[in-house]
Amino acid sequence: MIQLEHITKRFGKLTVLDDISFAIENGGTFAVLGPNGSGKTTILKIILGMVLPQKGEVVVHDNKVLKTWDYRKAISYLPQIARFPDNLTVNELIKMIKDLRNMPSREEELIELLGLEKFLDKKLGNLSGGTRQKVNIVLTFMFDCPILILDEPTAGLDPVSLIRLKDLIEKEKAAGKIILITTHILSLVESLADEIIFLLEGHIHFRGSLGDLAEKTGEKDLEHSIASLLE
Amino acid sequence: MILKVLKYSFSDLIRSRWSYVYLAFYLVLGFVLLFLNENLSKAVITLMNIVVVLTPMIGTIFGIMYFYNSREFTELLLAQPIRRRTIFLGQYLGVALSLSLSLVVGLGIPFAIYGITQSSQIWDFTALLVSGTFLTFIFSGLSIYIGLLNSNKIKGFGYAILMWLFFAVIYDGVFLISLIVFDDYPLDTFTLFASFFNPIDLSRIMILLKLDISALLGYTGALFQKFFGTGQGLVVAFIMLLLWVFGPMLMLVRKSSKKDF
Amino acid sequence: MRLTIVSILLLLVSHRGNTSVWDVCATCSIQTIEEAVERAAPSDTVRVQKGVYVCEDIELRKPVVLLGEDGAVLDGLGTGYVLKILSDSVAVSGFKIINSGRSYTKDFAAIYVFRSSYFTLSNLEIVDPFFGILLEKSKNGTVVNNRVYGVSKREDDSGNGIHLWHCTNIIVEHNEVYGLRDGIYLEFVDESKISKNYTHNNIRYGLHFMFSNHDEYVDNIFENNGAGVAVMFSKFIIMQNNRFTHNWGTASYGLLLKEIYDAEVIDNSFTENTIGIFIDGSTRINYTGNLFEQNGWAIKVSGGCYTNKFYQNNFIGNSFDVSYNSKMNDNSFNGNYWSDYTGYDLDKDGIGDVPYRPVKLFSYIVNNTPETIILLRSLFVDIINFSEKVSPVFTPDDLIDNQPSTFSFQ
Repeated sequence: MIQLEHITKRFGKLTVLDDISFAIENGGTFAVLGPNGSGKTTILKIILGMVLPQKGEVVVHDNKVLKTWDYRKAISYLPQIARFPDNLTVNELIKMIKDLRNMPSREEELIELLGLEKFLDKKLGNLSGGTRQKVNIVLTFMFDCPILILDEPTAGLDPVSLIRLKDLIEKEKAAGKIILITTHILSLVESLADEIIFLLEGHIHFRGSLGDLAEKTGEKDLEHSIASLLE
Repeated sequence: MILKVLKYSFSDLIRSRWSYVYLAFYLVLGFVLLFLNENLSKAVITLMNIVVVLTPMIGTIFGIMYFYNSREFTELLLAQPIRRRTIFLGQYLGVALSLSLSLVVGLGIPFAIYGITQSSQIWDFTALLVSGTFLTFIFSGLSIYIGLLNSNKIKGFGYAILMWLFFAVIYDGVFLISLIVFDDYPLDTFTLFASFFNPIDLSRIMILLKLDISALLGYTGALFQKFFGTGQGLVVAFIMLLLWVFGPMLMLVRKSSKKDF
Repeated sequence: MRLTIVSILLLLVSHRGNTSVWDVCATCSIQTIEEAVERAAPSDTVRVQKGVYVCEDIELRKPVVLLGEDGAVLDGLGTGYVLKILSDSVAVSGFKIINSGRSYTKDFAAIYVFRSSYFTLSNLEIVDPFFGILLEKSKNGTVVNNRVYGVSKREDDSGNGIHLWHCTNIIVEHNEVYGLRDGIYLEFVDESKISKNYTHNNIRYGLHFMFSNHDEYVDNIFENNGAGVAVMFSKFIIMQNNRFTHNWGTASYGLLLKEIYDAEVIDNSFTENTIGIFIDGSTRINYTGNLFEQNGWAIKVSGGCYTNKFYQNNFIGNSFDVSYNSKMNDNSFNGNYWSDYTGYDLDKDGIGDVPYRPVKLFSYIVNNTPETIILLRSLFVDIINFSEKVSPVFTPDDLIDNQPSTFSFQ
């Protein structure tokens, strides 16, 4: 369970989130959408504790978590840009994260799924963006965490890998996990999202299922619905 | 947990080209000095002058460089169930330790080959490595702190260099001028305290106590006499250097717990 | 000189064969030194056996040899002088002398020599005296192999170890003096030689010259005294092969030259002194072959000093090599070795191609504001020293070693 209570976040004079509250009680896939700079990544980072809000509280699994750290055991995070220490090899990175989290993991399966075997001994600095994103995906999905936070997980992925990723997300959803996702690929939202949280000007402009959105805007497809939300 | 973080940032660092450059630099410096000076004690004296200026500079540049280059690593760690304090202390110690290791190994090897361990210079040489290590810890801590304050790389780098310049040159310039201007007042208390607030001056004084005690004892002030004439000077300088290590470390921890990533 | 040797020989020959030895001991027929001296004829020997002898103000008014055997102790009971030598050709040797008197009005001494010639004082151990050996208006004497020591802490209630006043042609050799005011003191002493002495831990000076001319001191060691040697108001002094070390403290120096003319300072070593040589108003002095190592100031020049010549000296690792308190310079520094020299020698002739400036701007600053010493070796100070080196403003611009040696002299 994730609950945000009256979260306000300002960067300098710019108010990115203005008194936002929402709760996610049950498992499912939640797409956080909004125009550029609407605070999608900020919300995710606040849940992770990487960004600290000026006001409000974050509750995860009934515990207030701001300024604490061990609740992150329950969260897997896929950052927006896949950046890693350049000097480490893929294998070393995976080992390191395993060592740091100290949880059971299933990296072999994922490596095979994404075809990363031949890159295992390469340094991360020498990998292409897409390959790095695959490493990113392995790191995120290899632990069995009840909450997944995915920030633009599709960036740089080839179509085959994109399908694999979708499958992975479907499976996690089926396991009853909470999956928070931001993306620009609307087809992904259409095929995966149970609910949409739409941010605009620091507020939650809309929250509901795809059906609710179509109903509200009277548009047939997601693209147009969103465009009309922005008007 | 801090040991794990330290282990990874340390192993990351000792793989990076720059640690080798730094290590190679000290190796070359050591051999060249020994070759030019022929005699250990002169080489140690020359080295003392170099180390006091150079280790802060390298600590500063390396600290800020590492901070900006390891943002990815930091972000990766921040999403893991690890305390922020642990992450930043671990990284800081990783930088400071790897630099200190380069210093000790890089200078230690040439001097060991030239027989420092059997010579009477071993204590001077040890004092030199100790103050070099102190300066490395202090300045890499300060520059990582500056990195935390500035997200802008260029600005952060500029401020870090300015910080080094301040402690290495500007501070002493202002210090000297104020001593000359306020010549008519009793100055020895001021002088001693002013040198406590600059770690480079502190290390320099530790070196003066070794090399220039004859000149220092020529000064009349009773406080000076007590400070330099007894072992007190060395002890106080040592304690102040320790404080200088912990100060930036605390600031770093406090700042890191408030920062957004 | 020849005349004196001849007369000594004559003296020895004329008394040969008929001198006698008088033994003194607790069980001998003569039990006091006074009695033995009384009964001895000129040139006789009084031999004092092991034991402690009360000895207050004993006056030797005839040429006798007073010989202490092992364990012979003279006890002055703290009342005044112990032995007074008031005749020529007296020799005193082999005693330990204790409890000589102290006074604020009289210069009590363990051994007092007055108007004597051809005396010898040797192998004496003088413990905690006011003055140890005091020579006045005497000549042609020898003070050799003695040890004089005290535990003095203050200048005003202690005397000097070996004190010469108005003397000529005295040899002071192989003595050790420590824990007194001045180790060896000379005032109005001419043509004398001070050699191979070791004076250390004295409150004021290891060796002190006043108004003395044509003397030389060689092969001595002056260590850890208030200041090593002070030579004042004297002419034609030769100072050679001495060691000045660890003379530390405010205004402390290895060697002070004040109002000295025509002297030679040769082959001495000055190590770890606050000031190696402090030169004040001294003229026509040659300094050569000296080693200055790890001193605060190797040479400090003050007042009007003219035509002093420094050549072939080694300056190694001093905080300051030369310090001046004015912009005037009439002294020459040529062909010395300076460890701080950073120039080059392209033609490999052993002489640096770039002149060396031994006076740094910072030494001028420290002279004016002593506290600034704490900034020694700071990068900022290096920078201002460098700029002064390029264009001298505060330091004498003609004070240059034009032929700096690239190797140190042996």
